[in-house]
Amino acid sequence: MSILEVKNLSLSLNGKRILDDLSIDFWEGHVHAVVGPNGAGKSTLAYTIMGLEGYRSIEGDIFFDGVSIKNLGVAERAKHGITLGWQEPARFEGLTVKQFIMASAKEKKVETVRDVLSKVGLKPEDYIGRAVDKTLSGGERKKIELASILAMQPRFVMLDEPDSGIDVASLEKIFEGIKMLKSYDATVVLITHSLAVMKQAEHAFLLCGGKLVEKGDIGKIEPYFEEECLPCEHKNVPDKGGVDGY
Amino acid sequence: MDIEDLLKLAEEDKALADKDTAHLTINLNKVVSKNLVPGLHIDTRELKDGVEVKVRLDDGVVIEKKVHMCFGVTREKALQRIRMDVDIGKNAGISVLSHCIFPKATKVKHIMDAKIKVGENSFYSYEEKHIHSMEGGIEVYPKAVVELNKKARFKTIFELIKGRVGKLDINYSITGLEESVMEMMSKVSGRKDDVIRIKEGGNLIGEKARGVLTSRVAVRDNAKAEVYNIMRATAPYARGHVDCKEIIQDNGVATAIPVVEVKHPKAHVTHEAAIGSVDSKQLQTLMSRGLDEEEAVELIISGLLS
Ligand SMILES: Nc1ncnc2c1ncn2[C@@H]1O[C@H](COP(=O)(O)OP(=O)(O)O)[C@@H](O)[C@H]1O
Ligand SMILES: [Mg+2]
Repeated sequence: MSILEVKNLSLSLNGKRILDDLSIDFWEGHVHAVVGPNGAGKSTLAYTIMGLEGYRSIEGDIFFDGVSIKNLGVAERAKHGITLGWQEPARFEGLTVKQFIMASAKEKKVETVRDVLSKVGLKPEDYIGRAVDKTLSGGERKKIELASILAMQPRFVMLDEPDSGIDVASLEKIFEGIKMLKSYDATVVLITHSLAVMKQAEHAFLLCGGKLVEKGDIGKIEPYFEEECLPCEHKNVPDKGGVDGY
Repeated sequence: MDIEDLLKLAEEDKALADKDTAHLTINLNKVVSKNLVPGLHIDTRELKDGVEVKVRLDDGVVIEKKVHMCFGVTREKALQRIRMDVDIGKNAGISVLSHCIFPKATKVKHIMDAKIKVGENSFYSYEEKHIHSMEGGIEVYPKAVVELNKKARFKTIFELIKGRVGKLDINYSITGLEESVMEMMSKVSGRKDDVIRIKEGGNLIGEKARGVLTSRVAVRDNAKAEVYNIMRATAPYARGHVDCKEIIQDNGVATAIPVVEVKHPKAHVTHEAAIGSVDSKQLQTLMSRGLDEEEAVELIISGLLS
């Protein structure tokens, strides 16, 4: 059963076609990976599913539980249980870790905040009172972002490059977080160009040049990592360094 | 409403009952209560429309507990003029927590005129918290001229914690000698037809003097804010920074005029100013966790002003 379905989805930004006639079925309760080289359109797909400002003029449709959500705003989609973990999480001057996680949490209790912080490997007493600003490292903000998502208990969560800025030792904590989301029956989409992260998923969608070029179980997509986007004719397009607005 | 209610409003009643905590409470032009601790002298003179306050701290005296000051007006209409003269001796220091409370104001004018001298190797910290009515009929003019001797440290925070700002006109000027440190911060939000004007001036005239001027302002409805931050450095190794962030919503208007002036090749002053609506990424992040736009904006602004 699919929980979220993208149907013939296209999106152009500044006159450039970034997503090109994508049709993807995300099965409920599974861990999926969306892979592809830099600039393939992975983040754009996530922003479009989330319905972020600037990513709403789509062709095609997006269905959640079988109902179109293309006319819903970000908050409404989130209230349905859809969320996004950002590749580069935002900084909030003056906002404490506790306030940030509490704002996201389904159960607004301090115990929830402590609990999710421990789960991502951060000592609650060291972090709860700190500000979610530039005094935290990129990796710490990434973990706090994941903690806030665990507290939210979403039904459909997209994690954009969940390993970026994360050291090898902490990667295990991120993977545990992913398992925990799955144990709540959440559907997880891992957006990645890392093989280790892709291996956390059950199946993968390979994106290139905004098109879906392959899908299937991990074993089927794995050669892509060894042969660098072999099935994809866009493989020689270098990373243009992400013009994305976020 | 009497002064007791004001103090409860500011949650000051406990501190004022403590014998070891120095305090001064003024209602309009009357000194209601005063408590001193060894080494601290506060002389007051009641004027027609206010009070003259002289604060003196003896050399070598460092007071651990915060000194509590309260300037209140229980009436709806009034003029309150406070003349403050602060003289901190050498190797001494105090921290003052000051509440300015005008909960019923429909037309209240509060003028604070302060002269502050901080002696060599001493510190003076002044935290000013305002509680206003929701009427907006209030005018507040905090003015201070501060002189910092060698290695003196001065820190001030101005914050509106409740009610509408009304009309606010802050005018601070601080001069720092060798190795002195100045930190000035204002955090205010305005709504309806509130008008906020903040002028903070820092003069780093001594070698290795340091200073930071920070302002955090949010305006909505038809409120206006103007922030003038001026940091001058004229001595070698003087270091200054000006940091101004203003968030606007609705028809709010915000201006920031940072002036940095350096007159010595070995001095260094930086500034950053950002004015705009709420940061889109912050907003979208919170909305992607299920907060409505208004809730998200509130939270972001409360963080900025916290
Ligand atoms: N606002 C935009 N305007 C024009 N091009 C954009 C915009 N945002 C992203 N792009 C381009 O779209 C492509 C896909 O970007 P992105 O989704 O960030 O890729 P990925 O996440 O797979 O690395 C890139 O070539 C990028 O430069
Ligand atoms: Mg990306």
